[in-house]
Amino acid sequence: MQFRLEKRREPSQVMVYFTPFAAVVLTMVIGALIFSLIGYDGVGAVREIFLTPLTNAYKWQDLGIKAAPLIIIGVGLSIAYRANVWNIGAEGQYVIGGVAGTGVALLTYGMTGWWVLPLMVIAGILGGMAYAAIPALLKTRLNVNEILTSLMLTYASVQLIYFLIRAPWKDPMGMGFPQTRLFSEAARLPTIIPGTIVHLGVPIAVLVGLVAWFIMSRSLFGYRMRVVGAAPQAARYGGFSENKTIWMAMLVSGALAGLAGVLEVAGPFQRLVPGFPTNYGFTAIIVAFLGRLNPLGVIIAGVVLAITFVGGEVAQTTIGLPDAATGIFQAMMLFFLLAGDILIKYRIRRVGVQQTAGAA
Amino acid sequence: MDLTLAILVTVVGASTPILIAALGELVVERSGVLNLGVEGMMLIGAIAGFVVQFHTGNPYLALLCGALAGTASSLIFGFLTLSLSANQTATGLALTIFGTGFSALAGSSYSARPVTLMPPLFPAEMASHPLAKVVFGYSFPIYFSFIMVVAIWYFLHRTRAGLILRAVGENDQSAHSIGYSVIGVRYLAVMFGGAMAGIAGACFPLLLTPQWAERMTAGRGWIAVALVVFASWKPFRLLAGAYLFGLVMTMELYAKAGGGPLSVIPSELWAALPYLATVAVLVLISLRRDASTNAPACLGKPFLPAN
Amino acid sequence: MPHRLELTGITKRFPGVLANDNVSFAVRPGEIHALLGENGAGKSTLVKMIYGIMQPDAGEIRWDGVPVVVPNPKAARKLGIGMVFQHFSLFEALTVLENIALGMDSKIPSRDLEARIRQVMSTYGLLLDPHRTVATLSVGERQRIEIVRALLLDPKLLIMDEPTSVLTPQEVEQLFEVLRKLAAQGCSILYISHKLHEIKALCDTATILRGGKLVDTCDPRQETSRSMAEKMIGAGLKDIVRVGERTLGAAKLVVSRLSTHKAGHFDVPVSDVSFTVRSGEIFGIAGVAGNGQNALLDALSGEIRSDDKEAVSLDGYPLGLLDTTGRRKRGLCAVPEERNGHAAVSDFTLSDNSVLTARDRLGMVMLGLINSGAAKTYTGKVIADFAVKALGPASTAGSLSGGNLQKYIMGREILQKPSVLVVSQPTWGVDAGAAAAIHQALVDLAAAGSAIVVISQDLDELRALCDTLAVINMGRLSQPRPAGEVSVEEIGLLMGGVHGAAEAHDAVPA
Repeated sequence: MQFRLEKRREPSQVMVYFTPFAAVVLTMVIGALIFSLIGYDGVGAVREIFLTPLTNAYKWQDLGIKAAPLIIIGVGLSIAYRANVWNIGAEGQYVIGGVAGTGVALLTYGMTGWWVLPLMVIAGILGGMAYAAIPALLKTRLNVNEILTSLMLTYASVQLIYFLIRAPWKDPMGMGFPQTRLFSEAARLPTIIPGTIVHLGVPIAVLVGLVAWFIMSRSLFGYRMRVVGAAPQAARYGGFSENKTIWMAMLVSGALAGLAGVLEVAGPFQRLVPGFPTNYGFTAIIVAFLGRLNPLGVIIAGVVLAITFVGGEVAQTTIGLPDAATGIFQAMMLFFLLAGDILIKYRIRRVGVQQTAGAA
Repeated sequence: MDLTLAILVTVVGASTPILIAALGELVVERSGVLNLGVEGMMLIGAIAGFVVQFHTGNPYLALLCGALAGTASSLIFGFLTLSLSANQTATGLALTIFGTGFSALAGSSYSARPVTLMPPLFPAEMASHPLAKVVFGYSFPIYFSFIMVVAIWYFLHRTRAGLILRAVGENDQSAHSIGYSVIGVRYLAVMFGGAMAGIAGACFPLLLTPQWAERMTAGRGWIAVALVVFASWKPFRLLAGAYLFGLVMTMELYAKAGGGPLSVIPSELWAALPYLATVAVLVLISLRRDASTNAPACLGKPFLPAN
Repeated sequence: MPHRLELTGITKRFPGVLANDNVSFAVRPGEIHALLGENGAGKSTLVKMIYGIMQPDAGEIRWDGVPVVVPNPKAARKLGIGMVFQHFSLFEALTVLENIALGMDSKIPSRDLEARIRQVMSTYGLLLDPHRTVATLSVGERQRIEIVRALLLDPKLLIMDEPTSVLTPQEVEQLFEVLRKLAAQGCSILYISHKLHEIKALCDTATILRGGKLVDTCDPRQETSRSMAEKMIGAGLKDIVRVGERTLGAAKLVVSRLSTHKAGHFDVPVSDVSFTVRSGEIFGIAGVAGNGQNALLDALSGEIRSDDKEAVSLDGYPLGLLDTTGRRKRGLCAVPEERNGHAAVSDFTLSDNSVLTARDRLGMVMLGLINSGAAKTYTGKVIADFAVKALGPASTAGSLSGGNLQKYIMGREILQKPSVLVVSQPTWGVDAGAAAAIHQALVDLAAAGSAIVVISQDLDELRALCDTLAVINMGRLSQPRPAGEVSVEEIGLLMGGVHGAAEAHDAVPA
């Protein structure tokens, strides 16, 4: 008995939605097996990473604040990837967004007023857009691969933080620590549920996802992204300029990454520290794919990935699982998802031996 | 003289892993596959090489195991993109994320435990004179990288197997209709690329910093991918590109060490320089008239037989 | 003497289709045997099984009287079967020599190979420089590589899959000479085509397929073109219905000194093209593939914009600077040659594909939002009016057959009532029924007063359809002539790049 792939007449919508769930479940099963094999408590690891954050109500607020930046960045990436614009440098745009927001916070240090925070947010969005504009410019003008440029700029952005907090923005009262001073009250993101750490960024993330979903599914902008990604030549025939689309995709994804950056620096961090680049920008790539490049899916996927982050920390303290295990689980999810993609356009058929010889 | 020599040795050390990884990726891309997982495969090679060196002290065995680990990880990529025709860009990224996590997990119990660096290939007497040292003073991977530049050029342009590999990268459907196994050729290329990335990764603990550090390849895998574009998919240009980067990274090291005219510029800028230089180099190459005409026509496109 | 090739009861099934149903026929040594049928009749599947690319589900292949299994093309070549594909299996970035070397199953030192290539070339008059890069060669020259590659293996059976669709009439004649020479030496030839006059001129026997079944094996010289066509199509032929005597109206589309820049490396631009199409006129542009047709279509549709606003004008209004959307709003619609990925997006629903080109003329977008109801209604109308076989507006374009997708695309443009319609290869790869429907729709649109430009490689189609004919060669357009006044020979010479009577006289093949 052998298997053979057979093209479906129509792509299967069922598989589009089923495979991400299958990928998560498979990751839990295979992950438990692998971690058991290499000498860890595999079942315990899966339980702590995937279930504890859900069953333990105390962890929900952690989930919210971890999911928010993943969703915001992931939504932006899902729009860009739809258009086949491979912005891999969301981490860099997130960093620059945070840096720009910090700049405003430090300039307005000690001032009060409702306008400080919105100004920071605008600065953060513009920062992210500006940083994404570099690969967009190079791609549209010179056809330089955006994957490589956006990624290289990410590495450079991290050095920019190190430079800023070591020299010009260093906290004068910081006892030599490389970090900025703590933002003043007006520059901090308010919490929305008293007594928790859940900040304004959480509802913003959900709102971003919903608005993006509406735009992507109903508007000509969304249509433009989809058609340029699916068939660039047809897009040109339909009157959509490819360069303009690249610019839009890059700027939107950069803006959202920048937004996530400024919300993060004004929320959980409240100052710029060397640990600010938290790899949300890279994890959001997984979020975008797991969410099937659909903003609503991205919201769910963002929560799933947040679960693994929170759960990873739990597993670290309870069963001594190294921090890096989280990354492996996340990568496995993406692997299984990509492997499952083939089921959208193909079905697996069992074939007898005779026919197999024919199919060879 | 001594300083020049020391700089030269540093440049060679910094260039070699990039060159080896880029050579592997060049062959992969010539077969029409874009594997963006070089960074991840390098990290897996690095931890494998480190662990073997730590336990056996045999650097050649360490390199071999680095190559095997790199190959094994490339098979994940190969299975997904070739057998299941998954998106190559996304799968490559997934491989890098996986390699980062896997190496960090495997290396978590080895932090701050030193290994010995790989000794030079030739006996010390042969390299006693400073000038002789320039020729005979390096360890095996350096000579290996040079040999591979020539060997890959010869393979691609003078052998039938190389012709087939190029044909598969140029027009997979035609190669298939003539009767070549597109998927088979690409599997071999991807595995070769994995082995080279693994060796390149193993060079980090064996040649550069004799210990394990998370993400110790620091984006060098991505620079290798960029260099392949820069080199227009030609092995000898890759050699030039890799040494250019080796030079930039060496300047960073000297700037950080302090003193001299280099330290006027903040060390963070030096650290960012290889990445900014990569962007600059990509811009420069794109200004050339024939920039993308050398790119294999099927690069990055999944292959499914038309019938 | 046994048959060179004998097929008995060959059956091949694909999901939902019976591609070949119990097909049996035989080819003698030295025979030129036609395999005749419409697109989708199962010709290609059948030869792919002979050449080992696919395996039959049932049936037997005998080679020189012995039953054989052909597991792959390599085994086929070992038996002595050579094949020249309709879509060449060539590598553009490689040289002629490298391309041929790739087709050889054994490693031959390149110097020896080159000597053998030169020998085959001079024997059959197939001239080529082995060291040129394929990308720089014309389509006819590329076909020569394929033929040389096949001949180097001393084949006993040569399969030619639609070899003349890319050639000028003169090149076709040269090809026939080569094939006759080969047959005289004992090589059998299996010649796949749907062009009846070619088969009558060349072949000894014709096997006709329809819907995967064998309809008849006959002697084409004893048949009329019409009788073979009816066997091929299965019903009486439908002729295009024209509305009485038409008078052409005022000039509608005026193209004046239109040129494009060379975009890609291997792209042929158009230079200094001028012509006028009047209301009610169908203007045909003939030419061998790769002579600038794509650039011309893009320059007319607006995918390539001109620097000169007067280069393209409609009813006196200059369109040169506008993009496709701007030109469509003014009433100029276009259908490019490639259906999948250019005229339509395979992964999109038909409804979404309607938004691609009909959104502005039919008000499918309001305030940046898509009115999906309007798109759906319009798509339903296209499906109904053009008899598109599809489940409905929600079917993806990729799920339609080539002919049905083409009917949908033509319908999508025609129902927008464009005042100018430019189409390239309107019936390429489309079955006869769909082709007739598309031709009729074009004639009706012209009768309603639109100006139509048809770019095609199919001379029969152009002569049946057009009022005026011109030929494109190396990006230049010949003087337009009334279709009734110009002979096939003249068009053929123009397609080969020969302009003017004196030149034409010298160029007649000796």
